[in-house]
Amino acid sequence: MSTLSQEHLTQHSSVGPRGSVRRRHRLLRASLRNPSFLIGLAILLTVIGIALTADQLFPGDPQDMVGAPTLWPGQDAEFPLGTDSLGRNVASGLAHGARVSLLVGASAAAIGLAIGTLIGAMAGYFGGWLDTLLVRLTELFQTVPTFLLVIVIVAIGRPTAPVIVLAIGVAAWPTVARLVRAQFSSLREAEFIAAARSLGYGAPRIIFHEILPNALAPIIVIGSVMVANAILTEAGLSFLNMGDPNLISWGSMIGDGRPLLRTAWFLCALPGGAIALTVLALNMVGDGLNDLLNPRSRTA
Amino acid sequence: MAPLLEVRDLAVGFPGQVVVHGVSFHIDPGETLALVGESGCGKSMTAFALMRLLPPTARILRGQVLFDGTDLVAASQRVMRDILGKRISLIQQEPMTSLNPVLTVGAQIAEVIRRHEPVSRAAAHRRAEELLDLVGIPEPGRRAKEFPHNFSGGMRQRVMVAMAVACQPRLIIADEPTTALDVTIQAQVLDLLDGLRGQLGMAVLLITHDLGVVAQWADRATVMYAGRIVEQAPVRPFFRRPRHPYTRGLLDASVNEAGEADGAHYTTRRLNEISGSVASAAAEPGCPFAPRCREMIQACRAAPPALEPMPDGSEVACIIAARTEAPRVAAVG
Repeated sequence: MSTLSQEHLTQHSSVGPRGSVRRRHRLLRASLRNPSFLIGLAILLTVIGIALTADQLFPGDPQDMVGAPTLWPGQDAEFPLGTDSLGRNVASGLAHGARVSLLVGASAAAIGLAIGTLIGAMAGYFGGWLDTLLVRLTELFQTVPTFLLVIVIVAIGRPTAPVIVLAIGVAAWPTVARLVRAQFSSLREAEFIAAARSLGYGAPRIIFHEILPNALAPIIVIGSVMVANAILTEAGLSFLNMGDPNLISWGSMIGDGRPLLRTAWFLCALPGGAIALTVLALNMVGDGLNDLLNPRSRTA
Repeated sequence: MAPLLEVRDLAVGFPGQVVVHGVSFHIDPGETLALVGESGCGKSMTAFALMRLLPPTARILRGQVLFDGTDLVAASQRVMRDILGKRISLIQQEPMTSLNPVLTVGAQIAEVIRRHEPVSRAAAHRRAEELLDLVGIPEPGRRAKEFPHNFSGGMRQRVMVAMAVACQPRLIIADEPTTALDVTIQAQVLDLLDGLRGQLGMAVLLITHDLGVVAQWADRATVMYAGRIVEQAPVRPFFRRPRHPYTRGLLDASVNEAGEADGAHYTTRRLNEISGSVASAAAEPGCPFAPRCREMIQACRAAPPALEPMPDGSEVACIIAARTEAPRVAAVG
């Protein structure tokens, strides 16, 4: 090998060391410089923390009548956030409601992501008549208003948590499918996918092992926004009394407080604020992830 | 010796357009065959057709591709997938984009091995490191854990070579493997490929438009023009005595030392060009090169000439070349 090539080799091996470790550090540093991402993450982690420790913070069933009805926040030290019209502890309801809201939000988003990714990946990768068929199916679901579709599905089934989760997931997948399809139909033309075909890889391996990791960044971003939307949808359902009657959720708390809106507005405002804060936090995290994972904003 | 790969009358077309008009050639085990021609002459189409990796709208219209006794044109997708990457592998033109950007280089090589051979993950990763070492990448253990963007173009092409030879294929199809690389790296990569060919006993189908590459690394050359093979010859007679007017035009149009008397590395002579354009072949009923050929006679326009064997092992598809050689054959006999 010539001297020139030797030079070339050593030069490049000095540029390359521990690239993956460096990249991880860079992501961490970039996220520290992104205040809205950090604030969103802090709020979200607090809400998750409260949801996880709800049983320790407020033991017992949050639906139990524990005090006098409609105590205002601060009126009784035992109930710092007051009680509702049935004498239930609002603070306990918020903590246990966080659990339901987050669980429903996360699992519905997971279902939506799974369906959307699968359908989008197949449409984008295979193209042709399958693409046409799946795009039409996606559009069909998109023409029906999401919330209406959820209500119909819950009305047909029973208002239990699994049915609600499924309904929200089924109504939410078209957005993901369109995004994933766009990613796949551009990535399948990539040289490295042609290379993968020339190595005898079958379609499942190419879809899940070669293309999906490359399309993951926007999917993660849309996932965080989907959790926020699912929480809102669940709150809307519960507000309309279509939620699971055995579970307390932020939406059902607002619904229960509605008749007393003029006299005890805090019954609606507190769970409403919790929803708004959580959704805001999720959107801030999603925005931050978008900046962090966007390849065009990378200065590698 | 039975050929490793035998292509018989292979034709490829898009709807309403034929791009490869029935080509026939063979590759012997362990030899390097160069497929030469200008852009759009059908050389890449031919190569991708025999791997059955054509673009979705293109079709194989007729012909056979016999590889080790299997007809690849008639083989099922499943059979093809088991052959590709294991017994036939491809090295592409663009090393910068041919590796998956989000997977480590070692994982990508290991995946090829795991796809085709029943080995453990750890064993595949060890083999991947050995392969990186084989293709001349220093510190293979550390480099295997890095991503493609940590590698230069030449190094990436070495990785591509490592992936291609991972399962010790019988045939490597190299589609202009060095077009995207600078000249010094080009020579290194081709030397590497040639060395591995000898070491692992592979045959190479080298697709190129660089006659310098053909002269240095090929055993035989096949020239394509407008979807047809016009000349096929072992490298020595190919450069000493090109017979087809198109081949002669190509060689005339390149700088070669033999042409310059004192062995200078430069020339002030104006290079010859082939007048006209390939587009003239589109509606030509006869020899596709006839509209641009200086020696064209009336008979050329009647029908496309067939490949005729010449006494030194060459084959030429040209009426005039065949006529002038014919008496010579008689005189020798």
